[in-house]
Amino acid sequence: MPEADARRESRTDEEARRQLGRMTRRSFIVGGAAALLGVGGWYWLRTRAAVGGVPWPLRRVLEFNERVAQGFFNDARLAPTFPPEQAGLRLNGNVGLGQDFDPTKWKLHVETAARPAALELTLDDIKALPRVDLVTQLNCVEGWTQVVHFAGARLLDFAVKYRLGTRSGDAPDPARPADLLPYVGLDTPDRDYYVGLDAASALHPQTLLCYAMNGAPLTLPHGAPLRLFTPVKYGFKGLKRIGTIRFTEQRPADYWAERGYDWYAGL
Amino acid sequence: MESQPKFGGPGLSDDKPMKRLEKKHPRATRWLHWINVPLLAVMIWSGLLIYWANDVYRIGFGNVTLFRFFPGWFYRVFLLENNLAEGMAWHFAFMWLFALNGLVYLLYTIFSGEWRHLVPNRHSLREALQVTLHDLHLSKFKPPQGRYNGAQKIAYTAVILMGAGSLLTGLAIYKPVQSGWLTFLLGGYEWARWLHFWLMIGYVLFTVIHVVQVIRAGWNNFRSMVVGYEPVAVEESSHA
Repeated sequence: MPEADARRESRTDEEARRQLGRMTRRSFIVGGAAALLGVGGWYWLRTRAAVGGVPWPLRRVLEFNERVAQGFFNDARLAPTFPPEQAGLRLNGNVGLGQDFDPTKWKLHVETAARPAALELTLDDIKALPRVDLVTQLNCVEGWTQVVHFAGARLLDFAVKYRLGTRSGDAPDPARPADLLPYVGLDTPDRDYYVGLDAASALHPQTLLCYAMNGAPLTLPHGAPLRLFTPVKYGFKGLKRIGTIRFTEQRPADYWAERGYDWYAGL
Repeated sequence: MESQPKFGGPGLSDDKPMKRLEKKHPRATRWLHWINVPLLAVMIWSGLLIYWANDVYRIGFGNVTLFRFFPGWFYRVFLLENNLAEGMAWHFAFMWLFALNGLVYLLYTIFSGEWRHLVPNRHSLREALQVTLHDLHLSKFKPPQGRYNGAQKIAYTAVILMGAGSLLTGLAIYKPVQSGWLTFLLGGYEWARWLHFWLMIGYVLFTVIHVVQVIRAGWNNFRSMVVGYEPVAVEESSHA
């Protein structure tokens, strides 16, 4: 958009008209080229190879957003809590909850990178940990929110007691962040549904392994015998009917991240 | 102010009124304005993809619904169904560009002194009413235009505040735990989402009125937002 031209003095209307004509042509050519560039950029972005259902440049931005969010993440920041009377929960999602399941034979498989053999735990082992009742909001990726009342053991307490999630095989210690395995993965027993969490979110004090909801034992459609709930992630990370918990060096697969959603999904 | 190029000038022989080219919109304002057009469009489009997944807002009271956001045909015509993940990916990528463009505009407008043309003053509200009555053909009186009339000052300042509002309400629903204080100040997740939605409707209304007014104002006015200059008759230009 040429302003230099206009600084040259003109003496007649005719000259002014010609000068404006020149500037107009030039500006519209530059503007048109910029618009074409924009359209081209749009087309380019839409046609890039997909990574997990999203064009790779957008996936990169989601990963950049994840690093920004992790930089700001502070596990002293707790989700707000509410009186239990406000709690309810709609049913939403049943992937991995097939009929072919016998809760009486259920065992929790626990794997951690430092130990070769998996642990096998029962619900009573989880119930032996301090019980935490949490009434807070579940935020669904769909855009709704609901006050929920879950009870269970902190995943943090669980990891401390069974010395999980560290490279050394010691109990996780906030003072030694370098010792933490960076990821936690969870699967349903049939492995049809699976989620991944970063260690900071998994060890957040409001991240629970839940066996009760609204003051009653968890029901099968809500994920009995044991499910995950964490207010620092969208609801889809709260895997129902946990079959395996895995503390790993590698970023675990995530059902919805493979279907176009953000892997981190942190709130 | 930079020096104005002068054309003609009093005393030169010509029957028509003398014209000179007058600088109207600085280059930065023009670029940032036009860059904002596709950015806002992408934000609204991707926002609608997200909204579709929980489309709960309406105009109505009690059990009476006057308008539902949105009727089924709307989603079908604009291909907005079943694309929540795509919407989120675009929204959370373009939010950076939208915010950056707005921030650069804000800083430019403050430090260049351009804000003096834009921020409403004590006459703006009355002028805005006069402009509205005039443009609706309810009154013959046309208040002074200047660079921006009172209605424009209010609208262009308000839309910047709306942009800030979109960023804040957006952050409140994007990170409701990590920015929990903000979500709380906005009345909680649901109010923040409601505000975020209505700000979008506000941009759409703004854009409709803006485009109608630009069409009414004519070619020279539109061109000045591209070229930066507007031809002004010398006799008239003295008050500008």
